[in-house]
Amino acid sequence: MEEKKDNNLPLGGVIPKGGTAHDYSTGGWRKLRPVLDKGKCTNCLICWVMCPDSAIITEDGKMIGFDMEHCKGCGICAAECPDKVKAIKMEEEAG
Amino acid sequence: MAITMTKGQVGLTGNTAVAYAMKQINPDVCAAYPITPSTGIIEDFSGYVADGAVDTELITVESEHSAMSACIGAAAAGARVMTATSSQGLALMWEMLYIASGMRLPIILTDVNRALSAPINIHCDHSDSMGARDSGWIQLYSETVQEAYDNIFLAVRVAEHPRVLLPVMVCLDGFITSHAIENISLIDDAEVKQFVGEYKAAQHLLDTDNPITYGAMSLPENYIEFKHEQSKAMAGSKEAVLDVSREFGKKFGRDYGLFETYRLEDAETAIVILNSAAGTTKVAVDALRKQGMKVGLLRPRLFRPFPFNEIAAALKHVKVLGVLDRADSMSGFGGPLFNEVRSALYDLDARPKTVGRIYGLGGRDYKLKDAVAVFGELDRIRETGKIDTLTKYITL
Ligand code: SF4
Ligand code: SF4
Repeated sequence: MEEKKDNNLPLGGVIPKGGTAHDYSTGGWRKLRPVLDKGKCTNCLICWVMCPDSAIITEDGKMIGFDMEHCKGCGICAAECPDKVKAIKMEEEAG
Repeated sequence: MAITMTKGQVGLTGNTAVAYAMKQINPDVCAAYPITPSTGIIEDFSGYVADGAVDTELITVESEHSAMSACIGAAAAGARVMTATSSQGLALMWEMLYIASGMRLPIILTDVNRALSAPINIHCDHSDSMGARDSGWIQLYSETVQEAYDNIFLAVRVAEHPRVLLPVMVCLDGFITSHAIENISLIDDAEVKQFVGEYKAAQHLLDTDNPITYGAMSLPENYIEFKHEQSKAMAGSKEAVLDVSREFGKKFGRDYGLFETYRLEDAETAIVILNSAAGTTKVAVDALRKQGMKVGLLRPRLFRPFPFNEIAAALKHVKVLGVLDRADSMSGFGGPLFNEVRSALYDLDARPKTVGRIYGLGGRDYKLKDAVAVFGELDRIRETGKIDTLTKYITL
């Protein structure tokens, strides 16, 4: 783990501004990775609603993939994708 | 108790005096769950709230854990916050005490010292605050009602000092000080206001232009750095205590340092003791001095941070020391004060012989004869150069 020797730490461990979660990579926690089958996806965006890490990327109201810097591989998207569709599969991370 | 006087001498109990100091400070928030023997503080203070004598938001909660949690939330929102508790109440706050100090929130807590269960006991000893000695709170101890009253103002200034920003615990003895009436001199409301000033938090949750997060996680990348900063602030708070005490002494004529010494300058034997029992010990010192014994006393006021160097310097000429603890740290090696003092003396080239005695647990009286007996024992060690028992209980 990278050790940061920061001598200007904010007082009392506060996070001194908003939106800093974006700078923190949770992708390294992943054991399983979500894989999308575009052909099956109906763009209902239930996965976008349910992902706890805001790691579903959309464009023009369509589901286009995953933000792998922040996807921690929980599999919630795959479980929540409607039963009739099941467009997301969780696969072992290589290595 | 209605208090109409703000000048001259007035008879108050320790609890009433602390509540009155809180009224004069007029904190933004007080969250508390009353417990014997500190109940009187919150009882009186809630009267001031009900009468509109203060603007304080009084949060009545369902436990001390919640009381400290509410204090932390309010302090993180930028409020000046005060509370009071005792014994099991402080014990139930445990988890939150560390969070208050880690978040560097200058909360003021009055702990009216009381024994911890089991067996259940409502009377004085210091096991409650001594148990919290590593929680990152600055601790000030008070011998008298006057000192408890004055310590509240000092505590506010020290806690909010820009180089400190740590919570402060003011300790006074349950019943002995909290319920006994003493003549004390009150400070004018206007002078209190001027001394404590207005509190403006450097960062707080209600500042929506500068949004911040309190209570975030810190993993191995930087947790130790946060603790290092906190530790430095704690060590450095000693200077703030001295500065604020000096200013207080100049303004109000009562000088408090890091500790008090009594007839210690040429003493051959001395007792180190906290809070009200120091009064009894001073009477013994006077009586034995009359008989020609060179005895003295040192009473620490600041226990956290512990002024190691200053206390060692003040005690270095003493031949035999008795350190009296009203708490047992159950280490098999005496009480917490004994261990701090003994450690402080270690770096001296010639150290006083030092024994530890545990006294007065659960409100057992510490009488003049007990202090005299300790001095007698110290004198025997001085004469023979031999310590029979390094640590033991007295007043059994
Ligand atoms: S696996 Fe979990 S974190 Fe990753 S995209 Fe799916 S729901 Fe989000
Ligand atoms: S839940 Fe399934 S179907 Fe709906 S957008 Fe996500 S992947 Fe496509």
